[in-house]
Amino acid sequence: MSADYFSDSRPYEVRWHGRGGQGAVTAARTLAQAAHLGGLGGATASPSFGAERRGAPVSASTRISPEPIMVVSQIESPDMVVVLDQTLLKDDEVIGGLGSGGWLVVNTARPPDRLGVIGDFSVATADATAICRELGVMVGGLIVVNTAMLGAVARVSELVALANIEEVIRRRFSNRSAELNLAAIEKTYRTTLIERRP
Amino acid sequence: MKANSKKQDASQMLDGNRAAALGAKLCRVQVVAAYPITPQTPVTEALSEIVERGELQAQYVTVESEHSAMAVCSSASLVGARTFTATSSHGLAYMHEMLHWVAGTRLPVVLACVNRAIGAPWNVLNDLQDSMSQRDTGWIQMYARNNQEILDQIIQAYRIAEKAYLPVMVCYDGYTLSHTDMPVDVPSQDAVDGFLPPYKAHTILDPTNPKNYNLVTLANPRLNAEGVLCHGYMEIRYLLQEALEKSKEAIASVGREFGDLFGRSYASLLWEDMMEGAEIAIVATGGLAMEAIVAAEMLRRDGIRAGVIGLRVFRPFPRADVLRALQGCRLAVVFDRSISYGNEGTACSETKAALYGTGTNMRVHGFIVGLGGRDVKARELAGAVKRTLSLTDRGALNSESPEWVCEI
Amino acid sequence: MGTRECGHICGESSPGIGEAGKTGEWRDSRPVIDEAKCTPVRRNKPACFLCWLYCPDAVVSKTVPVRIDMEYCKGCGICAEVCPVHAIAMVEEDNSRS
Repeated sequence: MSADYFSDSRPYEVRWHGRGGQGAVTAARTLAQAAHLGGLGGATASPSFGAERRGAPVSASTRISPEPIMVVSQIESPDMVVVLDQTLLKDDEVIGGLGSGGWLVVNTARPPDRLGVIGDFSVATADATAICRELGVMVGGLIVVNTAMLGAVARVSELVALANIEEVIRRRFSNRSAELNLAAIEKTYRTTLIERRP
Repeated sequence: MKANSKKQDASQMLDGNRAAALGAKLCRVQVVAAYPITPQTPVTEALSEIVERGELQAQYVTVESEHSAMAVCSSASLVGARTFTATSSHGLAYMHEMLHWVAGTRLPVVLACVNRAIGAPWNVLNDLQDSMSQRDTGWIQMYARNNQEILDQIIQAYRIAEKAYLPVMVCYDGYTLSHTDMPVDVPSQDAVDGFLPPYKAHTILDPTNPKNYNLVTLANPRLNAEGVLCHGYMEIRYLLQEALEKSKEAIASVGREFGDLFGRSYASLLWEDMMEGAEIAIVATGGLAMEAIVAAEMLRRDGIRAGVIGLRVFRPFPRADVLRALQGCRLAVVFDRSISYGNEGTACSETKAALYGTGTNMRVHGFIVGLGGRDVKARELAGAVKRTLSLTDRGALNSESPEWVCEI
Repeated sequence: MGTRECGHICGESSPGIGEAGKTGEWRDSRPVIDEAKCTPVRRNKPACFLCWLYCPDAVVSKTVPVRIDMEYCKGCGICAEVCPVHAIAMVEEDNSRS
């Protein structure tokens, strides 16, 4: 495990932003499960606490550490922010606390340099919506991008191995669903665009 | 750099509610009666599914309220069934009367309380006001700091309850534990079966030897039909208090035995972290006692010798343990997520009372934090301790009333 | 010697005669059976026994003739109310006026 991720003995913190029904919580949980599967002793995942309604902005969090995690309070300075719906970037709070060395990972058709987000963190973008539409990753007629975006997360951070994310997906979904989700993850992983800002 | 792909079979990612449901299942509970309430609902859902799938030979009794849930548990426990229920907040408040009945009848019911604030106003988020408001009902109260401790303490709860003939409430924070996934080592059914013998009721209803329970019992003792002097109300209540006091031993010995079998010891009624050589003790309950460890680490980095006392067991109150743990400290800072309105934080009063008569010069200062889900961060705890320390050193600390961490 | 000797840890008792004390002392009027009207006596076989059935204190015997245990009868008068042939009369215990 790279010491880079845990240099100051705090867990690596990922905050997920989406809209109710897009699966931000499931994505947060899947990432934590994959970290746990990878042998990391500390992994937690929580939804944002409060009323959760379809369409309303929601957030979720994943914390990862080699040691058991003692922190139960909400994430203040995330190492990574994953945005499932680009329109949420209108709210400045979405990138709140994201600093130098951090990652902003967004589901958008735009490349990082045309995202229009100002900050000294690195930016990655992937068009998970297009990928999922093309592959037919849908639930109840709605395109669901949460698992695909795990591919983008794995691409920018080696903290959680892609193989472990895929293994969690295989355990969670039935054959046909698993295949679709794995294809979406793989394609998103491959097509993620990256702009590093040191 | 490659991520390790070692599998941890016994270790599962579980949220607090699943850990509680799994704990009850592993204890082979025979009757479950629960009414759903946020954030406890997934416990009832999980158990009803487990029973429906036939994975647990239990009666899942659908009830119309929490009051009825506890009434069902009471009756079922009375005739010898191992019973389980779970609730939260207003549900626990609604159970209040039956909590007294169950404790007074000395029935070993186990209840998972998912801690949540109580109205008014409406709030569905975490604090400890619900269970702390039930501290005088005669139930043993244990608090978990993480999901492992939820599972482990539910298993221990049945051993303790059925040994001491006392009901046990296993309390854990709503959302921050109930809805947060974390790794939990799940013991095997065989191991739990080896640890937990079947329940033997002290109240056997036998048609050939009929008994009455809880008839009107007046103030004074009385002779029964056979001329035996039987308890009045007060003697029965004395025995409840005596049982709670004695249960400290059972809680510790069961916790020690659990540690021998499962590798996680609960031999102490307290959690003590970094208390060796500590001059300042942070006292907290539930998940806050874990966040406080991070705060103590921050303080230690700044040269302040801080440690943490987590009140794992709140009833019976571990007075002697608290006293021992605080020896050598000059300041105890107590963070409460519940308050006895008109006085001070619940654990703060208890800590002060434990010190009474010891001639100590130690200062005890109370903070009210995190009510109704207000986030409490380790750095805020550390900051509060630093402020208190500085006031203590200047002789300017006023601990007459608790300090509220809010923006009023 | 204290109450601990009873061995109970909660409110517990066994149903039995006199468990609630000598309740006959509560009585201010007593049931008196007119055997000439009483069905089991008249027919000289077990019959009716509604007084036995309804007595809340189980002090009425299911025998011919019917007997009432005056040590525990509270004098509630239910037997007199339910008797279909009006064989039971409630008579005041206080005879100072008669």
